[in-house]
Amino acid sequence: MLNRKDLLGIKELSKDEINLILDTAAGFKDVLGRDIKKVPTLRGKTAVNLFFEPSTRTRTSFELAAKRLSTDVINFSVPTSSVVKGESLIDTALTVQALGADFIIIRHSSAGVPHLLAKKLRASVINAGDGTNEHPTQALLDAFTIREKKGRIEGLEIAIVGDIIHSRVAKSNIYCLTKLGARVRLIGPPTLIPEEIRGTGVEVFHDMEAGLKDADVVIMLRIQMERQGKGFFPSTEEYSKNWGLTAERFSLAKDDAIVMHPGPMNRGIEITSEIADGPRSVILEQVTNGLAVRMAVMYLLAGVKR
Amino acid sequence: MRGRFFYGVKMPKELMNKKDIDRALTRIAHEIIEKNKGIERLGLVGIQRGGVHLARRLASKIKDIEKKDIPVGLLDIGFYRDDLNIRKEQPVIRKTEVPFEVTDLKIILVDDVLFTGRSIRAALDALIDLGRPAAIQLAVLIDRGHRELPIKADYVGKNIPTALSETVEVHLEEEGLEDRVILEKVDTER
Repeated sequence: MLNRKDLLGIKELSKDEINLILDTAAGFKDVLGRDIKKVPTLRGKTAVNLFFEPSTRTRTSFELAAKRLSTDVINFSVPTSSVVKGESLIDTALTVQALGADFIIIRHSSAGVPHLLAKKLRASVINAGDGTNEHPTQALLDAFTIREKKGRIEGLEIAIVGDIIHSRVAKSNIYCLTKLGARVRLIGPPTLIPEEIRGTGVEVFHDMEAGLKDADVVIMLRIQMERQGKGFFPSTEEYSKNWGLTAERFSLAKDDAIVMHPGPMNRGIEITSEIADGPRSVILEQVTNGLAVRMAVMYLLAGVKR
Repeated sequence: MRGRFFYGVKMPKELMNKKDIDRALTRIAHEIIEKNKGIERLGLVGIQRGGVHLARRLASKIKDIEKKDIPVGLLDIGFYRDDLNIRKEQPVIRKTEVPFEVTDLKIILVDDVLFTGRSIRAALDALIDLGRPAAIQLAVLIDRGHRELPIKADYVGKNIPTALSETVEVHLEEEGLEDRVILEKVDTER
């Protein structure tokens, strides 16, 4: 049982809680394949998307997940809200709660904002990405996708490639996949992999070829263009040459390896179109699974009495 | 301190044994065939979990009689329950797998115990979201009364008058138990 009001990160979840979310998501995935892709489960509830950072995919996914559960959704995006008039974060959240929100789905550029709101609000807070801290639903949908494709997670060799240090996706994935018993390899230049991560049970590779060898799953991270020329890597061309996933490099992984990407992709930089659109890419399935996983999270959080 | 030992003891009573359950299912299989004049355009849908096992047993009995396969689906009703707002814990979601088109088929819903009727109400909604069956009939192993909704079974293994303070448990081999139906008094001592 998921005895929590909020989903703030994978760090605090147990293996059993993660598995419960994944099992529940399987039930919801089945709903998404029907003619009537909607269930009355959370009828009468309200969810608010409170996004302080631009996002199309995650916001849309949460919105549709809520709608499929018969929950009403309001999108509260920053440029049109009172936040630009100087309303404080907590006042904004309290206002949204006073409108009757049962779920507050928040994305913010500062780490820890969802945790702060969770303490102040009665509503369930779901972290949709906080700074460089965590993006728990992305990690859950990645784990769901891997489990679905590979039948298991325990014992798999899973490589995460790219900007680990700034990536909340990588961080949540590392927590999630290691808790589920996978062996996680991190691949990237020394400037983009935090030194302190060594010793947490992950393997670090500064050589792409060595890191990809015999991997079961390759998770590519998006390179953020704004980091170019700031000392992390010299240029996107140079990055692509050393760390981009080409067909040749991907052939080093196991023959049945799958490739994943949280999107949006920089085609031709961290991943070639040949691989992204190829038969072993599960990138679009990740998007579909994201809906099922977010439905499961909302469903399970709604069960807790407060 | 007496009391707990003398008044709190649960008194399980066996209502049906393996043979009784088997005979009841055999009869229901015959009744289904008789009422529907064969098994043309018929499908069985078991409600998770007990109903699923019973639906499979009925399908095999019907096959023995009619020498034809009858399709079996699995239905989880968790998403359609009416008590999601008052439960402490969310029900565990199990698989829904109805591998045939329900539209225009006569569907026999199968459950182990018919009690308040609320599970059946949820199952009807779940089923109708999958399509538009030509008709829906209900088969249950036990009808223990106490209906809260206007719902009635078409096929009943055994009618058992019960008190609200009692529970009826159907144990099945598929769950690793011996086939039996047990009536238990709930501990009412305060």
